[in-house]
Amino acid sequence: MGPLSERITIQMSTALSHLSPEKIAEIELHSKIARRKKRWNDFLEMVGNHSVLIVLSVIFIMPLYLVIVISLMNKGQAETRSIWPSPFMWHNYLDVFTAVPFLKWTLNTLFVSVMGTIGVVVSSVPPAYVLSRLQWRGRNTTFVIILGTMMLPGQVTMIPVYIIFSKLHWIPSFLPLIVPSFFSSAFSIFLLRQFFTSIPDEISDAARIDGCSEFKLMMRIVVPLAKPAIAAIALFAFLGSWNDFFGPLLYLVENEDLWTLGIGLNAFQGLHHVQTNMLMTASALFMAPVIIIFFFSQKVFIEGVTLTGVKG
Amino acid sequence: MQITNVMASFSPRKRREGALAPARKKLKVPYVFIFLCMSPWIFGILFFTVYPMVTSFYQSFTKFNLIDKPEWVGLENFHRMFFEDSDFWLALKNTVWISAISIPLRIAFAMFTAWVLTKPKRGSSIYRTIFFLPSMVPTVAASMVFTYIFNPAYGPINRGLEAIGIKEPPFWFMDPKWSKWGLILLGLWGIGDTMIIYLAGLLDVPKSLYEAASLEGATPWQSFRYVTLPMMTPVIFFSFVTGVIGSFQYFTQAYVASGQVNDYSHSMYFYATHIYFTAFRAYEMGYASALAWVLLVITLICTLIILKTQKRWVHYPNGSLFK
Repeated sequence: MGPLSERITIQMSTALSHLSPEKIAEIELHSKIARRKKRWNDFLEMVGNHSVLIVLSVIFIMPLYLVIVISLMNKGQAETRSIWPSPFMWHNYLDVFTAVPFLKWTLNTLFVSVMGTIGVVVSSVPPAYVLSRLQWRGRNTTFVIILGTMMLPGQVTMIPVYIIFSKLHWIPSFLPLIVPSFFSSAFSIFLLRQFFTSIPDEISDAARIDGCSEFKLMMRIVVPLAKPAIAAIALFAFLGSWNDFFGPLLYLVENEDLWTLGIGLNAFQGLHHVQTNMLMTASALFMAPVIIIFFFSQKVFIEGVTLTGVKG
Repeated sequence: MQITNVMASFSPRKRREGALAPARKKLKVPYVFIFLCMSPWIFGILFFTVYPMVTSFYQSFTKFNLIDKPEWVGLENFHRMFFEDSDFWLALKNTVWISAISIPLRIAFAMFTAWVLTKPKRGSSIYRTIFFLPSMVPTVAASMVFTYIFNPAYGPINRGLEAIGIKEPPFWFMDPKWSKWGLILLGLWGIGDTMIIYLAGLLDVPKSLYEAASLEGATPWQSFRYVTLPMMTPVIFFSFVTGVIGSFQYFTQAYVASGQVNDYSHSMYFYATHIYFTAFRAYEMGYASALAWVLLVITLICTLIILKTQKRWVHYPNGSLFK
């Protein structure tokens, strides 16, 4: 007796030998029809899936499409519910820089975001390192406290923190938006710790036996291995401050020279000399960097989100 | 699923074996290094969490306008909140209303979009990018854009709705009855980040479970109901908790939208808005602290209720942090 498949073939051919050639042809036809039917069903399913996905995509894209087209219309047309610009006002994208201090807002936002990002990275890597790569008493308790602070509503600490900064005469200035990020962010520690834990311990043990100091071990071995995770926290931190509205609203509103894009954009309507269609031009420019960054770093993003289950 | 992995990492039997190896115990623990590394976090939590929480707790029993010294008034702030401040009740009502609708809606929509993304054999990454993109848009820009395109007079959305046969489309942000729906749609548009978590969860469900279900003759609905849904409960639970916490801090979208339209009836006046106006427009720091503490207590109670019920509906394949 041969292997199973051979046995089945033999059995089948003996079974089929009892049948007339017409019968065999009929069976073959049936199986062909069944196969075709399955292929047809698969095709229908694919069409169904893709049509649902395409409809959803159109819905998701629609607002973005509308911002861009309205941003290219003149004022009159922007208020007529049109969905295609005529004529194309490419000039809007230059005019917005002269109508409002758009460049200044952009530079302010960029400055706060970059400084904030540096702060978060520099101050979150070391805590994440000792929370994941070293064994010490109270480590898990500390980690639970860090998770707990992530759940704490900001409103509870907001007022006293504001009072501290006002006593330091830091309002209005960029300092209240930058300095706290140098005191590490719970979210970034959490994300980095998740990643550091996945690096095998043997690497550290080997380096320790060779007499490598903990600091060197962190900087020279673990940090280079954790580049994707560090990129993820840097991205989240950057976008967090780029998109932040509440912080600048508290700390920068009093001095127009310090305004960020969010504050400036929100005040747009109050600036009477500005055309309303420019609102969409400015919005489009505000979104552009984020969307460009996203296209270049999509993988880092999606991995970061799934690594922690939360976005910064 | 990563979330459950985090939770599992707390249970002793799941700890990495390396930690138990006797050789590692011999290594001296570098406490100085640990302290130095932890110091940004330690000082951060002292300056920006512990000290502020203690002060704000004290201030919630005082009258404080930022310039004069806080004046102790006992429970007066809380009495004012519950019996005199109609704005507090309005803000609370609006917040509860929008949370009750948007949290389940967000969970269902994130689940649905993630689920359709798992279906096609090819091209799903393009759709995923498209669905994820709006969640990247800065909140202020997104809110501005929505109030503009949903504007009944010059926004194209209502024109589209008329074209598909809706005779009298709502006035959205201009109409107190519909403004919250506008905000809900704005929230659903930015579902991308939540969707990614659901997608990861769905892809994590073992294929063998679906095969077993189909061998038993389960319909697609049954395999969703009895395989997918139970396996997704940890993710649903997680987004439920963060959704409740987040909804009491809902601010920017509502603030920007109500600044764009004249929200005379305060239909977009939420709890966080009330705290902001009390603290930074009226400079009633004591009363605002009291409001913030009530917010904390409400969030805590909601979270505890969800935690209590989780045993009945959340299914953890690997054990849990919260058990």
